Amino acid sequence: MELTAKERMAIERHGMAEQPPDTRNRNFEEVPYGYTPEEAVAEAQRCLSCKKTTCVSGCPVEVPIPEFIALVAEKKFAEAARLIKTKNVLPAVCGRVCPQETQCEGVCVRGKKDIKEAVAVGNLERFVADYERENNLAEVPEIKKKNGLKVAVIGSGPSGLTVAGDLIQLGYEVTIYEAFHRGGGVLVYGIPEFRLPKKIVESEINALEDLGVKIYYNSVIGRLYKVDDLFNVLGFNAVYVGVGAGLPIFLNIPGNNFNGVFSANEYLTRSNLMKSYLFPQYRTPMIIGKKVAVLGGGNVAMDSARTAIRLGAEKVTIVYRRAREQMPARAAEAHHAEEEKIEFRLLSSPVEIFGNDEGWATGMKCQRYELGEPDESGRQRPVPIEDSFFEFDCDQVLVSIGGEANPLITKTTPDMRTNKWGYIETDDWGRTSKKLVYAGGDIVTGAATVISAMGAGRMAAKAIHEDLMKESDETVTPDWW
Amino acid sequence: MYELVEKSEVFNVHKMVVKAPEIAHSIEAGQFVIVMGSENSERIPLTVSDWNTDTGTITLYVLETGISTLELARMKVGDSLYAVTGPLGSPSEIGNYGTVVFGGGCYGIGAIYPIAKACKEAGNKVISIIEARYSSMFYHEKELHAVSDQVLYASSDGSRGKKGKVEDVITEILEKGVKIDQAFFIGCTQMLERCSEATRPYNIPTRVALNSIMLDGTGMCGACRVSVGGETRFACVDGPEFDGHKVDWKELNQRKSAYTEQETVAYQSYSHGSQVPKVGSA
Repeated sequence: MELTAKERMAIERHGMAEQPPDTRNRNFEEVPYGYTPEEAVAEAQRCLSCKKTTCVSGCPVEVPIPEFIALVAEKKFAEAARLIKTKNVLPAVCGRVCPQETQCEGVCVRGKKDIKEAVAVGNLERFVADYERENNLAEVPEIKKKNGLKVAVIGSGPSGLTVAGDLIQLGYEVTIYEAFHRGGGVLVYGIPEFRLPKKIVESEINALEDLGVKIYYNSVIGRLYKVDDLFNVLGFNAVYVGVGAGLPIFLNIPGNNFNGVFSANEYLTRSNLMKSYLFPQYRTPMIIGKKVAVLGGGNVAMDSARTAIRLGAEKVTIVYRRAREQMPARAAEAHHAEEEKIEFRLLSSPVEIFGNDEGWATGMKCQRYELGEPDESGRQRPVPIEDSFFEFDCDQVLVSIGGEANPLITKTTPDMRTNKWGYIETDDWGRTSKKLVYAGGDIVTGAATVISAMGAGRMAAKAIHEDLMKESDETVTPDWW
Repeated sequence: MYELVEKSEVFNVHKMVVKAPEIAHSIEAGQFVIVMGSENSERIPLTVSDWNTDTGTITLYVLETGISTLELARMKVGDSLYAVTGPLGSPSEIGNYGTVVFGGGCYGIGAIYPIAKACKEAGNKVISIIEARYSSMFYHEKELHAVSDQVLYASSDGSRGKKGKVEDVITEILEKGVKIDQAFFIGCTQMLERCSEATRPYNIPTRVALNSIMLDGTGMCGACRVSVGGETRFACVDGPEFDGHKVDWKELNQRKSAYTEQETVAYQSYSHGSQVPKVGSA
């Protein structure tokens, strides 16, 4: 029975049921439980199937959003998942971690007046991907006849997995080199279990291996092999560099190296990848702070703060230089953090970390800021207020103010151009200045999102295919061309 | 992968020869690997003391100090390590220095060997000085003799060589007028500091291999940061070798002791036989 637009408009947005804040702040289980099929269908019926699909143009990989939602409304959940996968190979991940409010949902006509009224595209994406996976309905994609060409992918994060998934289907032999002992990159070392269960990432990686992708773990390219070795010694025909951004930044203030001061990278890697929240069964130890200060306002800062609460901190404070509206974190994460009683000290920035004689952090001195003129990014620039210092106690400081480019690969590949910040220069298709070497994700753009890294991976896969096919004579046109 | 093919022990220092052909082919003197005994282990940085491209093996000397090294030490020939990542760190700078002194204590007796060998091959005169508590605690001697013009000993009880430590031997030979052009030290932090202080008055360029706490070993986490000449450096990528006269030893010692309490907890849980969760159960 076809609903009228008016009837669709009358349906209210379905939130996802969640663990209550005072329960979830003591466990690492995922926060939202997911939709029931009934909720998913009802939410899908809210979509007006607009002729002008602004939502699709809001998506970095142009998922056919109204079409997949229409399938959900017809209860064709697995079909919906398959349709998404023609554009986005990791829907279960993106449904959970994409900043939908600045992408598809941000431009949804139903959210024009109030973003909270937009169709819950992310929730629906998550639902259909989970439905397909949990009911073992994933279809093994058709793999083209092997073309005898070998591609090396450096890094098994979102962009590397995308490149591998696209190229294996086109008939390439694909080998991923991963520095850690587990695959997934930031999806496993960075994003916590309560936001992205690791079994989802594992199942995606298993699916790629089933398609024939080889993954070599514990393999740090730049050390074990140089990029040139991949061509000359190991006989690869093309190389994709998707190694992530890499180096953490510490504020240049006194007290940086006291015990208890961590980069968010270290803190999250200990907890997520090394599972130190299960210490001592898992052997990697963790310092459990009582009063924890988190520096920064992005997703990584929220993840660090919420991990600290779950590990048993009494008080967690986020210290951020700008205002609440300017925080780059996903709206849902900042909201969840607030619900979990994480304190926000906005328009503040540390000038010193205090410590005791044994070398442990004990507190922090901050300066207050106010908003001034807009900067190049259009955000109002934070300006320090004179003589506005304040101090507070903290025994742990988690620094989450971004990163720099990791030079391991670029330094050992001198004929590949980088920009002044050390990130790899590419064209719009991920081609670097070095022939048959491609790059994408954070090592090109600096810290960005999972979905943009995947988008870059898809573009690079197309470029690799085009360039290698030009070199050999054969032409293969994929369905998604 | 990473099969343990040979194992022996000299007083708490365990020699482990591990199958890792790719690493054996690419490693250079001064580099290290990060190993995990099992899926739930810590990632432990270990200097590679020797390698053989024919057998595809690397040789590690593991000092048993806590739960993670104990678990490695309990592995048997034929077992496989869960992960061996490397080579990591910047290789040692091998120059034509003239006379080069190497000082090694505990695991460092093994760890100085490849750098000494490379320096010898580069035409330097190599003096190796090794320390232990008593004479039966020395190891890797035959190999060290083969690449050294001279091997000098120091033991706490005087049962072999000079009674004392590496720095006592250094001071002695310096006072005798031996000209040292370059020094390399590997061992525990206290030893590195003492040896660096011994070469400082003579302005001998001194490299020390730091063993700060590490996690990924690729520069991603910053756990291993050390202050050298007032600047923060990452031991895993900028090091492990630094100028011994510029290292902030107090800070390094404090940072290295950050997890002492947790290490005790883990050790006790091990001796009480706690269950290890199944792979993927978390």
